[in-house]
Amino acid sequence: MAESTLLFTKSHEWVSADGDVATIGVSDYAQNELGDIVFVELPEVGKSVSAGDVLTSIESVKSVSELYTPLTGEIVEVNTSLDDAPETINTDPMGDGWILRIKMSDPSELDDLMDSDAYASLTKG
Amino acid sequence: MGADTAAVRKTPLHDVHVALGARLVEFAGFTMPITYDGIVAEHTRVRQSVGLFDVSHMGEIHVRGDGAMGFIESITTNRAAALEPGFVQYSAMCYEDGGFIDDLLVYRLCDSYMLVVNAANHDKDTDWIRAHAGVDVEIDDASDRTALIAVQGPRAEAVAGGLVAGDLSSLGYYRSIETTVLGRNAVVSRTGYTGEDGFEIYCEPDFARDVWEAFANAGRPVGIGPAGLGARDTLRLEMGYALYGNDIDETRNPVEANLMWITRLKKGDFAGRDAIAAAKEAGPPSKLVGFEIEGRGIPRHGYPILVGGEPRGEVTSGTFSPSLQKGIGMGYVPAGTAGEIGVEIRGAAVPARIVELPFYKDGSVRNSR
Repeated sequence: MAESTLLFTKSHEWVSADGDVATIGVSDYAQNELGDIVFVELPEVGKSVSAGDVLTSIESVKSVSELYTPLTGEIVEVNTSLDDAPETINTDPMGDGWILRIKMSDPSELDDLMDSDAYASLTKG
Repeated sequence: MGADTAAVRKTPLHDVHVALGARLVEFAGFTMPITYDGIVAEHTRVRQSVGLFDVSHMGEIHVRGDGAMGFIESITTNRAAALEPGFVQYSAMCYEDGGFIDDLLVYRLCDSYMLVVNAANHDKDTDWIRAHAGVDVEIDDASDRTALIAVQGPRAEAVAGGLVAGDLSSLGYYRSIETTVLGRNAVVSRTGYTGEDGFEIYCEPDFARDVWEAFANAGRPVGIGPAGLGARDTLRLEMGYALYGNDIDETRNPVEANLMWITRLKKGDFAGRDAIAAAKEAGPPSKLVGFEIEGRGIPRHGYPILVGGEPRGEVTSGTFSPSLQKGIGMGYVPAGTAGEIGVEIRGAAVPARIVELPFYKDGSVRNSR
């Protein structure tokens, strides 16, 4: 996945849009902060969400973190491999550790997100 | 993280943690390593081989003088008179109302009793101790002059044997020796907070780094590695060991916290004795229990515990057990509650079951010797 197609949120989610379907995961910075991830409660396929909603919780040994959607739309796919192997988020957060896919109802919401360079500055600061 | 204007302190091993890439957080006024290469990896390392912990933030207070033993008897719950030189005991200090001030270890050393207290309670404890000490007792707070390294795991003795002067194979559980490590004075006890065999090494701060590095080198063939506070918590919780601030605090007494085994009501008077005896007589309304989550979910501090579907208690400690691969926790429930309970996790009632402690039963700790 080319870095340039990636967008990021301030809350450390990454978004990769392909047409009107956006794949969402958490960044390498986020998985490192979370530590060993032990549970991901995947939301239901078909669920409608609005930008800013909590999609799910990601549980690490020490804490729980919420995953937010920056996009409005419908959940069309979830990464069921995370049920048995939640640690994939730690080992491959940008690839096999993707969490879910949303069919966007308003792709202009992508304009509010930051690109890789801007996100890199955020996490270096 | 609060309006504390006091500078955050570093332990003598701070530079080691930085060099190892540890995730550092402020804990009890100290910069401490939460993890180095992952809580699960460190936890597993301790259960299967051996891990090194920097716990220098803890407090060490020496009590000397003709009145030392009697004084300790009067402010702790366990029977200090039973301590021969080289003995260590787990104990507690309570307020007059029976609430916990702290839990601690009491060592009888050659020329002092050494109280080893939680870092978070250091000031509270020393204030209490000094306020109650009579003229026949000398209090020496050596916390700033004492580094503490814990070596824990089934391979701990194999690694430590070559570094600690003396026959460690004959050092029993909850016994200590005053000896040398690499030629420098150290107190070494067969104690720990993990449920594995191991040692706690008290030494001077300027020597701590040498001790750490000697163990790191000596243990390399068996895969020794550092372990931080995150793994320390998962390890102790798997054993059902209480953590002050979570499972015990000023609002709890030894009866409800299942710590009557370190409380000797018959030893004579001590701070809190009457209140504890009364609580035992009356039977406390709540009791601390351990429980396992059935299905998916991790209990956390503060989550409600449901009995018969109604909120009747609360979780005091919870985590995902790396050894058991399930959520485990401790919490207070109405006395007599047994069997199936619920834990409210983010709005949902998750089934759980009260179990006997420890959760993890395969530890190498030598408590049967």
